[in-house]
Amino acid sequence: MIRVQREDFDVAAELDRLTRGNRAIGGVASFVGLVRDLHAPGDAGIKAMTLEHYPGMTEKMLTEIEAEAQARWPLDASVIIHRYGRMEPGERIVLVACASRHRDAAFDACRFLMDWLKTKAPFWKLEETAAGERWVAARAGDDAAAERWAHPKKAAE
Amino acid sequence: MKILYFAWLRQRVGCAEESVEPPASVTDVASLVEWLRGRGPGYAAALADPSIVRIAINQAFARADAPVRPGDEIALFPPVTGG
Repeated sequence: MIRVQREDFDVAAELDRLTRGNRAIGGVASFVGLVRDLHAPGDAGIKAMTLEHYPGMTEKMLTEIEAEAQARWPLDASVIIHRYGRMEPGERIVLVACASRHRDAAFDACRFLMDWLKTKAPFWKLEETAAGERWVAARAGDDAAAERWAHPKKAAE
Repeated sequence: MKILYFAWLRQRVGCAEESVEPPASVTDVASLVEWLRGRGPGYAAALADPSIVRIAINQAFARADAPVRPGDEIALFPPVTGG
């Protein structure tokens, strides 16, 4: 299931919903992304972050990415929730959770989903600092992380 | 043809969305971007370096040599930074 929403989400409620009624599930791996205020001493701290997205394409890409994870790993259930709009440091931005019979599939699929949505989901972060606004630049490391999954055999090594 | 701009491309161009009717010489993404650059200083600033502009045609990622057609929804944006 995927959701794109402005409002916060309840992690415990989402994980409970993911596994309810399926007693074959042996574990859930989840990742929660937060707005952080990480800056060099002397630099202006982050007051808030605004996430812009491309309505329509966002839902389409998240649905495709989730289907890809379901095809690659034996998952019983998965969820991707991504927020947009203005958030302050400490707030939750994204939840990815995968449930499976065994932990390996759940851990791997969760990591795959995060790596892929970092490079394929059309979201952009605008940071607000005391010195003004700045768009967050894409990190080469995110491309490298996603590239690991481009060849399923390599990822399994 | 509908063009959408996001993030700093939107700010530099000065609008989020517009309808355009490019000349017949515009057949692919690369020629569309080149044509858009000539529409004004904001466009020139937004599209100064096409190598950092990402493109989606009808909500799917596309490369510079992908064909564009009347009626397409074309989005231009910087590399994504979600997650």
